[in-house]
Amino acid sequence: MPHKTFALFIMPAVVAMLLFIALPIVSVVVQSLFVEHEQVMVEVENCGPFGCSTQLRVDTEATAEIRDERPLGRFAGITNYINRNHLAFDQVREIWSTSDGLGEIWSRMMNLPFYKALAFTLVYCFLVTPFAMMLGFAIALGVNTLPRLAKGPAIFVSILPMIITPLIGSLILFWMFNPQGILGASLQVITGDPTLSLRASPVLTWIVLIIYGIWTNGPFSFVVFYAGLQTVPGDTLESAMIDGASRWERVRYVIIPHLAPLATFVALVQLMDNFRVFEPIVGFSAEANATSLSWLVYNDLIGQDSQQFGSAAATSVMTILGVVILLIPVLIRTWRDFNRKAV
Amino acid sequence: MKLTLKAALALGATAIAGAASAECGIEAGSVRILSNDFEALRYINDTAMECASDAVTVEANATSEHKNIQGPALSIDPAEYTVAVIANNSIVPLLNDDLIRPLDDLIAEYGDQLLPNQVISTGGEAMAIAFMGNGQHLFYRSDILEEAGVEVPTTYEEMLSAAEAIQEAGLMEHPLAASVKPGWDLAAEFVNLYLGTGGEFFEPGSAALAIDNEDGRLVLETMRAMTEYMDPDYLTFDANVINQLWDAGQVAMMNQWGSLAGAAIGDAADPDVAANTAFATTPSIGGNAIPAAALWWDGFSIAKNISDEDAAASFQAMMHGISPEAVAENPTVATWLVDGYQPGEAAVGVIANANAGARAYPMTPYMGLLHTALSTELADFIAGREDADQALADVKAAYDDAASAAGFLQ
Amino acid sequence: MTTAIGRMPTGLRWVTGLLLAIWFIAAAFPFVWTLWGSFKVEADFFSRVSWWNAITGDRTLMQTGERFTLDGYEGAWITREFWRAALNTVIVTLSVTFISLFVGTLGGYALARSGQRYAFWILIAALVFRAMPHITLVSGYMLPFFELNIWGILPTTIIVLVAINQPFTLWMLHSFFLGIPKDLDESAMVDGCTRFQAFRMVIIPVMWPGVITTGLFSFLLGYNDFAVTSMLLSQDNLTMVPKIASFLGTIQSEGNVMFAVASVVSATVPLFILVLFFQRQIVSGLTAGAVKG
Repeated sequence: MPHKTFALFIMPAVVAMLLFIALPIVSVVVQSLFVEHEQVMVEVENCGPFGCSTQLRVDTEATAEIRDERPLGRFAGITNYINRNHLAFDQVREIWSTSDGLGEIWSRMMNLPFYKALAFTLVYCFLVTPFAMMLGFAIALGVNTLPRLAKGPAIFVSILPMIITPLIGSLILFWMFNPQGILGASLQVITGDPTLSLRASPVLTWIVLIIYGIWTNGPFSFVVFYAGLQTVPGDTLESAMIDGASRWERVRYVIIPHLAPLATFVALVQLMDNFRVFEPIVGFSAEANATSLSWLVYNDLIGQDSQQFGSAAATSVMTILGVVILLIPVLIRTWRDFNRKAV
Repeated sequence: MKLTLKAALALGATAIAGAASAECGIEAGSVRILSNDFEALRYINDTAMECASDAVTVEANATSEHKNIQGPALSIDPAEYTVAVIANNSIVPLLNDDLIRPLDDLIAEYGDQLLPNQVISTGGEAMAIAFMGNGQHLFYRSDILEEAGVEVPTTYEEMLSAAEAIQEAGLMEHPLAASVKPGWDLAAEFVNLYLGTGGEFFEPGSAALAIDNEDGRLVLETMRAMTEYMDPDYLTFDANVINQLWDAGQVAMMNQWGSLAGAAIGDAADPDVAANTAFATTPSIGGNAIPAAALWWDGFSIAKNISDEDAAASFQAMMHGISPEAVAENPTVATWLVDGYQPGEAAVGVIANANAGARAYPMTPYMGLLHTALSTELADFIAGREDADQALADVKAAYDDAASAAGFLQ
Repeated sequence: MTTAIGRMPTGLRWVTGLLLAIWFIAAAFPFVWTLWGSFKVEADFFSRVSWWNAITGDRTLMQTGERFTLDGYEGAWITREFWRAALNTVIVTLSVTFISLFVGTLGGYALARSGQRYAFWILIAALVFRAMPHITLVSGYMLPFFELNIWGILPTTIIVLVAINQPFTLWMLHSFFLGIPKDLDESAMVDGCTRFQAFRMVIIPVMWPGVITTGLFSFLLGYNDFAVTSMLLSQDNLTMVPKIASFLGTIQSEGNVMFAVASVVSATVPLFILVLFFQRQIVSGLTAGAVKG
């Protein structure tokens, strides 16, 4: 395809992405390298309905002067990345040199907010992605065997978990899992433990979040795999049958290889989405036991009274880097495919 | 016929508009209100909107994202909104960035209806007008306390022994509740108790944190001791959840927001529970005399980057919105700070706290950073995974980094 | 394919059926429960006493005099004007889907047909773009949007959603286009078509399955978005999801949780009708689909 035609076709998409994604990313990277100017403070008397007290306040005129000179703030290099609230280099070094045993290292690392969030993010990402894909694949195989008339409703029911807004979906499931809720109470009866609560311990909280993740992500894999299943060439299957391949062998040696490229695509999208897990943590009120990188960004920018842009920017950049690292195997594969196609 | 009808309608419309704007006294201007989204504020917005006329436009945007919108919205010129409805905590970013204007001239000209304590001033300049108060105070079940033979607790120590007595009498399994969900709620709980110790959060004249002391440890130990009497799910408890537990009759004592008191005794509440629900001042802590709870106000400020005409129009429209008449028409939706307000049943707790000398949530510029640090770093402590010393050290480390990045600490 | 699997042994058929049934229950039960609960009061559906209250509706009876109530729906739709949010959602979702598909098919087609290195790098860049947390993007938009005076209105949100959605759309459609033989458009061009004519008259007609699948995902993205819509829209222009979230209440104020529940049900019903109505198109779209990675 000639360069000019290519440029014309791709123009709208590229312009939209440059303007609304690339530009903000650049500004976020820049922002993550700066901290705010020193604030000039003055002592004042604050009065309100409940009395007066002497407190400091920002001398806005003096601060504005400093800010006008250098609007970006003070250049801080990678300080925002390595301070305690992020990669915590100093603390990690200290933990490493003063702890005995992996157990202590682990528990002290989990006391650092970034690593605590990273641990859950990675566990969630690496458990939910494969299991949701397997679930989706199994449903796709199953729905494919249904009679034609039943397929429509079956597809609709199967994509329901994806349709319900995550924020509200997780809230409702949270209530059902609550000890007085229908699922929580049933679990207490089944396990014979009347004090069982899925929210009191970190392990159970993680399990519930992961199960929710599989439930809500499975339908995406289902839709894509179901579409892919329809393209499995019938003659290959028939010849496999003539060769005496069992049902399982046909799935293993014909269907799975055929869907492999599709699985790459699904894995790519799902790894990325799961790495940014956020809504379930809020919906399940799981902040005590599970936080994620996206939750840290949220907490810096929206969840609290004061916004910490530099900190949020640093966490966002590290989220992007994390995704890139996760995707490297997939990227290499895409690169090979692409070169093959080009040849 | 048709014509006359139309004319009559038009006349009627101008008459109404004329009356409304005459009532507010605004000649011209544009009023644009940004506020949080709950009933009392929606009511004020609606009342302020009555001031609209041919020459005056009044718009309101009530959204729960107001805290994140107000910064950028007020920093452009002219500002997107002329009025920002704020509270103790959300006014701070606006003050820090110099986005709101002093109100002294407007108060002098249009603020006759205001009580002196409605004016929020800093350094002698009026920066906001408060119109309602809020805060956490004690909710208790009079029937349960009576059955267990205990008095209404006035200190946290009494509250713990009362909880013990209720548990021993077999009246309730988990007699206490508190909103200690890690996040904003947990930090607010710490701030409440720490205010009750009479201590200061920061060293005088600087942004250096000063909570790593006996008071800080006492607060944390009290919080931990309370969790012994709470449902094991307490890590997921926010203010709305503990109100539901209350309604289910599973809790005998809790510190809860005054703004949720109405719901606990209202029409939708369980009649048996509601009949025995009573409110009192928050218990004190560590032998101090004041209630261990922060007091909050909700109020409004006027944007700096707008014309004087719009500022005057905005101020007048808000004066209409929070006028004694408007409040008198709707006295139950909030604990009003407005002249002539007769507190109802649900407001007694907040007023009792205020009268007993409870302290206000600090308006210090870096308080928000401390709140954020508390909200994440106390999670492990309240879950029972670390001790008080470690928790205080973590809070300090997190706060120090945030405060240096924000330019408050060197 | 169907014939091959059609001859399943009875045992396997039962096992498959059973597992599918379990999945359907797992997928649909929370929704059915919500639908049922939306006709109760909060004290019943979110009971801290026992979930059995949600079945019997004792508190609903006490408060309203009936075991079922429409209070949630009335409050959301009439008192709090949920219809406005519904209308905005229709506008936003449809616009996002159509613009995304239009821009995405053009771009995806170009990427699939170009063998140049830069096409690969555009795809990779799109992936990296997709990794950015939306919250960070959105807080970066606020100030410029206020300055340009385009904050709070629907078109801004639509364009932002299209842009944020573009990496995914490009990737997905690019995969679909790869499955369509090159000969098809090349022969059309030999017959005298321009590239665009070949694209429009020859490729798009065989692309419906891919377009429908991608469209379904774009639709859901626009429908379910919270981060962008909650921060970039003013009160009157809010779409359904942030509106529902606003019913939940804030830290110090009581929410109307039942308004939210009723709204969730109302928000899903149109999807139900849409899927049932377009069921044949979606199924045949998926069935004829030629997704290739």
